[in-house]
Amino acid sequence: MEAFAHIWQPVVLTIELATITTLSLLVVATPLAWWLARSRAWWKEAVATVVSLPMVLPPTVLGFYLLIALGPSGPGGAVAGLWGARTLAFTFTGLVIGSIFASMPFVVQPIRNAFAAMGDRPLEVAATLRASPMRAFWMVALPLASPGLLTGAVMGFAHTVGEFGVILMIGGNIPGRTRVMSTAIFDYVETMQWREANILAGGMVVFAFAVILSMILIEKRVSRARA
Amino acid sequence: MLKLETLVVAIAVFASSVAAPAQAGQTNVAVAANFTEPAKEIAALFKQKTGNEAILSFGASGPFFTQITHDAPFQVFLSADAERPKAAVEGGYAVKGSEFTHAIGKLVLWSKVIDVTNGGEALKAGAFAKVSIANPAAAPYGAAAVETMKALGVYDALKAKIVQGNSIAQAFQFVDTRNAEVGFVALSQLFGVTAGTRWLVPQDLYTPIRQDAVLLKKGENDEVAKAFLEFLKGPEARAIIERFGYGLD
Repeated sequence: MEAFAHIWQPVVLTIELATITTLSLLVVATPLAWWLARSRAWWKEAVATVVSLPMVLPPTVLGFYLLIALGPSGPGGAVAGLWGARTLAFTFTGLVIGSIFASMPFVVQPIRNAFAAMGDRPLEVAATLRASPMRAFWMVALPLASPGLLTGAVMGFAHTVGEFGVILMIGGNIPGRTRVMSTAIFDYVETMQWREANILAGGMVVFAFAVILSMILIEKRVSRARA
Repeated sequence: MLKLETLVVAIAVFASSVAAPAQAGQTNVAVAANFTEPAKEIAALFKQKTGNEAILSFGASGPFFTQITHDAPFQVFLSADAERPKAAVEGGYAVKGSEFTHAIGKLVLWSKVIDVTNGGEALKAGAFAKVSIANPAAAPYGAAAVETMKALGVYDALKAKIVQGNSIAQAFQFVDTRNAEVGFVALSQLFGVTAGTRWLVPQDLYTPIRQDAVLLKKGENDEVAKAFLEFLKGPEARAIIERFGYGLD
């Protein structure tokens, strides 16, 4: 039973991390994606590029910058100082911040595409019906973009579950706080606990299969509904 | 005809210049992270003296052992303990009788934030949020750190403050970036480091860290691998090892 708790703890922590990261990302990424889809600013693609960087950079690059930024000499240390701590590294909060950066492109991209695909027409119609821009956004744009939001949420969640390098570099491997599934598997393999490694790794494979399959099915259903 | 002759000579010269370095051999060595700096110096000297190259990979002993049991292409293993080389011999992954202690590791408590010159007292006072150690399951220096805290009777009080690096190198880096106020590192890592305060952990608080080298099965018939191990036993290598603060047999 104790061995089971040992395996279960990182699973629960991973789900918590992915859930909080995904919710935070929906709040941050939706307005950002809206701006990227609608703005005519000449520098918006530069912003889009910065957001997309974590897709290309090795996680170690992000991990390195985060370790410095979250630490006592960076802004993270200043924030941690508000409640008397010195660093945000090795904390659950630190992992959430790291995961938000790492998973951001996977959430922003599908939402931006959804906003771009609807074009100006629905908003113009809403405007002629005297809906304020805010109301049009909530009542028209968001519902129309909901498949994109769903895709973004699922991708963000899945990518956070799968994140490894960043967490290895800023986590400190603390059971119950920063020891998530991916780092727990690494640990089990390192110490040759094959049974535990097998259970977690097998679970990850099933999870990833379910995520991608459901994504494909959702997309199919949406495109059929629109046809 | 003169031209043809010149060409033949040129080819011969070129061929010999290409062939010469091929005579010098290479060997792949898995090195426990604490031994990184001395291993680099020893390998450089080895190359200078013999022309042969030791290609070094650095990491925690635990994962290296796992990799070796899964056919990793290493000929020599410089572990941070004696157990893993022994297990490698017993498992048939290393050459029997080739293992020897090349260094005896020293554990140090190090801080760039608080004064740890009276280490035991500093640990008991616990005036820090994080203490960094290497993963005890994967790295002998981590296990020694846990032993030390238990011997001082502070382990239960400090347990919640422990952060683990994947190897002793990461444990060091957590302290170096001041993300952790204090940490247990290897004395060899502090060679040439003047920053912060340190406390050499008394030897009676932890089991001596006997670091064994072993010739792996993949190096059984490899002259360069054997030469490197012999060089490691020699006076020049020993002088380097001692200079980095290790004990010797």
